Amino acid sequence: MNMNESTQVAKAAEAARNEAAMLPPVDVIEDTGGITLYADLPGVPKDKLSLQVEAGTLTIEGEVALDVPQGMEATHAEVSLPRYRRVFTLSKELDTQKVNAEFNQGLLKLRIPKAEHAKPRRIEVKLT
Amino acid sequence: MYYRSQYPRDLFAELDRLQREMQEAFDFSPSIRGLARGSFPAINVGGTPSSVDIYAFAPGLDPASIDVQLEKGTLTVAGERKAAEVPEKSTVHINERFGGAFRRVITLPDDVDSESIDAKYRDGLLHIAIQRKQEAQPRRIAIK
Repeated sequence: MNMNESTQVAKAAEAARNEAAMLPPVDVIEDTGGITLYADLPGVPKDKLSLQVEAGTLTIEGEVALDVPQGMEATHAEVSLPRYRRVFTLSKELDTQKVNAEFNQGLLKLRIPKAEHAKPRRIEVKLT
Repeated sequence: MYYRSQYPRDLFAELDRLQREMQEAFDFSPSIRGLARGSFPAINVGGTPSSVDIYAFAPGLDPASIDVQLEKGTLTVAGERKAAEVPEKSTVHINERFGGAFRRVITLPDDVDSESIDAKYRDGLLHIAIQRKQEAQPRRIAIK
């Protein structure tokens, strides 16, 4: 790839980041083994969902695919943008290599386990 | 609750929406069923000359548990969504998703044919298409 192409790609990526998007509502629950994240992304087919872990941030993005009949005019819209995006900063003790994702009927479930060394352990207190 | 939208956007868009909703609420006469923004599921309504299309954004449901009823010119979408499971000894850091029973009612135009209604659930999106009555269709009248 030459210089020109790569700047174009970078520009396209930046444009995508700047496009207006909705924030999907999420639940984040932490237990001793890791973090579970649920996100509501209704209307997003599996192939339009993108999950990215990069430099300690998790990006969830999805494009809404509406099956709209020809010539339809919207009369009332509570969902007014065709995409969702949400970014989270991850903490160091999470093992991003072992993220497990399930996506079913617009509901995303992400499981991010904690790295082995970060799991809680009992510390013995020695009396001397 | 109408200051909180289900899928918030950036601050300026939110301020703009807030202003519009304040106007709707005070200047004009609001709908008898309230300004249902922020309630679950979010609903979009659209129409073509031959049909009325309702989209309900209701992720993570079992299609068999969604109750769609058409009665006296209104459409009701009801059901229940369980809140996320919280195992013992865990901490909830963010809790934004809807959990519990829901019911939304939409007034339909007069010309819909209550016999030809079609509901599909895919990717967490419920699409209800109702055909308009034949006699209400625009048609060309031949001049003799």
